[in-house]
Amino acid sequence: VEPQHRLCRCELCILLKSILKYSQNYLAAASIAWSVLLLPPATAVFVIFSKFSLFHPIQSTSGGSSCAIFSQILLCGVVLIIGFLDFECYTVIPTVACSKIALLGQLLHPRQLANSLVHCIMGMIVAWCCAVIIGFRYESLGYPCAQTDSPPQICLNEYQLILLLAGAFVGFSHSVLGVMHNMNYVSFPTVQQYKYLRFKGSLPLVIKCSAIQALYSVRNYIVVYFFLGYIPRVWICKTLSLQMNRYTCSAHTLDSFSGLLDLSLLYHLWLSATFFLFMQYMTLTLFRIFVTEVYSFPVQSSFTEEAFQCLPRVLTDSQTMILKFLALQDLALLSQHSPVRRCEVFSLSQPGGHPHNWNAISKECLSLLTDLTQRLVAYHDTVATNGRAKSLSSGSEKRTSSESSEGFTSPKPTFPLKTPASVFARSFAGGPLTPPTAPFTPDLDSPFASPTLRRLTAPVEQGSPWYGSVQSPHVMRRAPKLWTLHLEQISFCTFTSDRRTCEMLLSAFLSHFKTQKTLDFPIQVKTFLAKRVLIMYLFSKLPEASSQALFADSQAHIWALEGLSYLVQASFSEDQFGVVQTTLPSILSCMLGLQEAVDRHFKLPHASSKPARLSSSMSDSTYKTLRFALRATLKTAIYRITTTFGEHLKAVQMSAEHRKRLQQFLEYKE
Amino acid sequence: MCSLALFPPPLASGQTTLCESNNQLLSGTGTGTEDRLQQDSSLLSLHFPRESLKLHCRAESSSKAAFLDHSETLWMRSAAAWRDGGFTGLLNEITTSHTEVPKWLSMSSGCILALLRWVSSFHGSLFPHLTLSSEDMIAEFSQVLNWPDCVVRAFNWHPHTDKFAVALLDDSIKIYNPKSATTPTLKHRLQRSVAAVQWKPLCASALAVACQNCVLVWHVDPCSLSNRPSSGCAQVLSHPGHSPVTSLAWAPSGSLLVSASPVDTAMMVWDAAAESCVPLQRVGGGGVTFLSWSPDGSHVLASTPSALFRVWETRMWTCERWPCLKGRCQSGCWSPDGSRLLFTVQGETVIYSPPTERLIGLPLPSLYQKYSLQRKPQTARKFTVRDGIISPVFPVWSSVGGEIQSLAWDPRGERLAVLLKGDPNAARRPAIIAVFKTRTTPIFELLPWFVLSSLCSGFVQEEPGVEPRLMQFHPNFKHGALLTVVSLTWKTKITLFLGTVSPFVSASASLSDYRAMLGNPIHLLQSDFFFFPSSVFSVGPMEKLPTCLSIS
Repeated sequence: VEPQHRLCRCELCILLKSILKYSQNYLAAASIAWSVLLLPPATAVFVIFSKFSLFHPIQSTSGGSSCAIFSQILLCGVVLIIGFLDFECYTVIPTVACSKIALLGQLLHPRQLANSLVHCIMGMIVAWCCAVIIGFRYESLGYPCAQTDSPPQICLNEYQLILLLAGAFVGFSHSVLGVMHNMNYVSFPTVQQYKYLRFKGSLPLVIKCSAIQALYSVRNYIVVYFFLGYIPRVWICKTLSLQMNRYTCSAHTLDSFSGLLDLSLLYHLWLSATFFLFMQYMTLTLFRIFVTEVYSFPVQSSFTEEAFQCLPRVLTDSQTMILKFLALQDLALLSQHSPVRRCEVFSLSQPGGHPHNWNAISKECLSLLTDLTQRLVAYHDTVATNGRAKSLSSGSEKRTSSESSEGFTSPKPTFPLKTPASVFARSFAGGPLTPPTAPFTPDLDSPFASPTLRRLTAPVEQGSPWYGSVQSPHVMRRAPKLWTLHLEQISFCTFTSDRRTCEMLLSAFLSHFKTQKTLDFPIQVKTFLAKRVLIMYLFSKLPEASSQALFADSQAHIWALEGLSYLVQASFSEDQFGVVQTTLPSILSCMLGLQEAVDRHFKLPHASSKPARLSSSMSDSTYKTLRFALRATLKTAIYRITTTFGEHLKAVQMSAEHRKRLQQFLEYKE
Repeated sequence: MCSLALFPPPLASGQTTLCESNNQLLSGTGTGTEDRLQQDSSLLSLHFPRESLKLHCRAESSSKAAFLDHSETLWMRSAAAWRDGGFTGLLNEITTSHTEVPKWLSMSSGCILALLRWVSSFHGSLFPHLTLSSEDMIAEFSQVLNWPDCVVRAFNWHPHTDKFAVALLDDSIKIYNPKSATTPTLKHRLQRSVAAVQWKPLCASALAVACQNCVLVWHVDPCSLSNRPSSGCAQVLSHPGHSPVTSLAWAPSGSLLVSASPVDTAMMVWDAAAESCVPLQRVGGGGVTFLSWSPDGSHVLASTPSALFRVWETRMWTCERWPCLKGRCQSGCWSPDGSRLLFTVQGETVIYSPPTERLIGLPLPSLYQKYSLQRKPQTARKFTVRDGIISPVFPVWSSVGGEIQSLAWDPRGERLAVLLKGDPNAARRPAIIAVFKTRTTPIFELLPWFVLSSLCSGFVQEEPGVEPRLMQFHPNFKHGALLTVVSLTWKTKITLFLGTVSPFVSASASLSDYRAMLGNPIHLLQSDFFFFPSSVFSVGPMEKLPTCLSIS
């Protein structure tokens, strides 16, 4: 019976996944369908603008009605591909690159290269469609040119070529910028609005952003084309055996000043780039709107076949991040706005009388928060340990360098603080504690590890959502450890032109290798290499990036905090069976522990510095300020509980330290 | 209908409403009361003499005059004009320097400039308030009576503790806390023309300030001993085109902040911690002037400069449009349970109370529009505050009344205070505060109760007396309703009047609590503090504890 039961459960899980995933797919498909539907009006606007510029009477698209239809179909195909790419690439937890080299790694990732290639091709297709739609001199790549002394030939129409290449360039730069600005990150809206209103509200931004971005891209493209434009031109001529029209056009091939200062050409380049980017951004916006729409999960269901769709099950079981996020969002909203559904949360199971719903929800939220606390404490201790390691290593470095080689005796920059590996991985939180792999990960057994860490890491929960399923980018980023790191630098070194530096580097490296014990060796290499400016530039950690990475998924924690605190607040008057009372001490101590960890984290350098605000851009930079939002939400959540319960909280059991902290909240002194 | 004539007559000359006790108003003569009070205790008063405030004598841009004129090239000047004044600035620069540019360029830029001005004047004729300067606009739409010359420009009690913030004429903000010896003064480069301040609910430290160009959110650590928090403690929330900010409101849950500007048709919903905002754009009305979030957090009242206001529900952020019949919505307030809205319209002496079911039911904007257009005049109940000849025994005020400036409803829903503008031209009709008794169940009722007369300073026959400018009920006073009035006396004094209206409180408890609340005022607020033994020790269903903060 047992295995059968398990099998059944498994099937149910699969069913759950398929159904919910189906709904996600459905949403994505709906968003793509909408963007396809919006394409004809956009094209019409494009046609109007492109014709208007020429001060021509409105030309009938006589030659290309079939061509225009074909281009319209092509554009639809492009929109479909864009939508598909958005759907494939989107993430609710952004990837924060902690150093330049990590960013470079992201850019050179094969998947990203393929992505860029697809964008290039799409850009080219769109540019071709634009050329066909505009007509005029952009219509075809070749045209018959009569030359005086030879039979009629097909000459290269550089106007179309420049447009096509511009499309490819814009596509490429869009994809690169997408990686750099985390364009694939989908953030959830602050306030709920209907889809139509959200779209209407974001449409001006989409138009503005695409116009501005197109302007910058075209500017860069012009510069590139001015210097390198002849290469593709010659190549195209050779492959397609087209002729350069030497006689009529040689006065201005387009990679000259006079050729590029053609205002009409610039206008058309900009317009088609804007059109392409508008398609991209519009699809992206629609996709974001559809994906982040509130999905209302039932709290409990009387039918067992629907049980897997219920909120507690989705919260605990779901493996897809987006589902988990949607469930948490729904939890936060229901706890705030819906008394009926709150009532279901507080209800008891019919046979047995257990508060399963509340237990599942509170346990899941608490494990999320505990996980964050552990992550913060571990990170804090890593930094603290690094500080100690730094002082030790610089001491030993001085000693050894004075022994071995002269010329490198200057005090070292604090490299260990800036190693890309020192963003603490989440894998730490779950599972049995693995022996530290890098020298800078905190050692729990070491006498230097703080007691808080030991205390907090002791009750590691196997049921933590991160256990076993770490989708986090940090683990991947941890991969370039010290050895790969210095090997890369050596290979880098072979490429540098500065031979002398290289030799010095190698000799110093070898001498260090001889004189040092193997334990000190990586540190030595690192501190030594830290002196090279370019390496420093590539490998030095971006300030606050590690903070951002730590709090990258904090939207989930924010919802968990809101949901819990609203539920606890409502339980004061609505909880008939007192189910919340049993968990109140753990909720309070969890929140207060997190508060302590967050407070400590914000005392670190760079943690409380604000990122520069981008004025207007399609990239969503919400993740950069999530930690501030988390801090504010956390305080508000605790205050919400303390103002509701007031003096009653004195009856709740908790540790003396937490009680002291709680007293601060009761007196409004936090 | 009720008229001011139904109110009991104001007190005779020299007498002061002190408090309410046993359903009766207690009053005292000015000087006598002061003496009596001073011998009992001390006067809780805040001194904001106008002379001590360092006013801005110059605008920030006027420092140009200190430098010698230096002729720059046209390009430099154009670039500077573009940077300072945008497109119109550039056009202006080109037009004025017509000697240096080709004629066609200066001509064409002049034409474009004229066209732009014509278009903007057309826009301004649609929405006349857009032609005002930003200071005038704040004065026009602020809840403070006569904002430009008022020394206290904004005032707000903390929702959970007994501290309050006062914004002064010199653009500084002071925070008074009876439990701490420090009074932090907040100053910031961007903190100019403060129109409103509000503490964040469920938070001890955050204070939002509506400034001329932005919204500032100060984080004033209650445990800090610093008297001048650095400007690093302030977050700047700004959005292009969203200035001046005339009103803001925190969600009662403390998560969101909404801000409004009469120039911007969008109302901003801020996630203050993350500094991100969502503009909620509705074009009709031409801007948003006043915001009020209902205490249960479910609705937001947003009035516009036109004869139109909106009620937003905060779940999906849809809105109902409410056309007013005459003039714009000047002020509004929600009942403590958020079920009832009272609002007033400029140019009328009427308090409107829309039918409850419209605010509670499901939002169906289209249906409601028709409904409100058709039926509002009948369905909204009117409570008129008429001009009435009131007091034969009180010769100085031949009559009182006038347009309504603002409304305040006490957190228990028992008293409604209405600030009436009076008539600035007629010296004998100063602004007054009328207090109503209210009841929301079983049916909504407004009963005229009393007119706050002549606040607690000495009264001179020839002068019009103290004039209330701004009022707020203490949000969590345990023993009744504590009304705080900021007023201007004839000596340009600012007086804070604290009066309580509290049912069912035993006397000794209220005395000790009252003292506890205000702590040790001599140290705190550097001056004296009134309390009234007669009212404190009377036991009864209604009780009132007034205090006067007279500012000389």
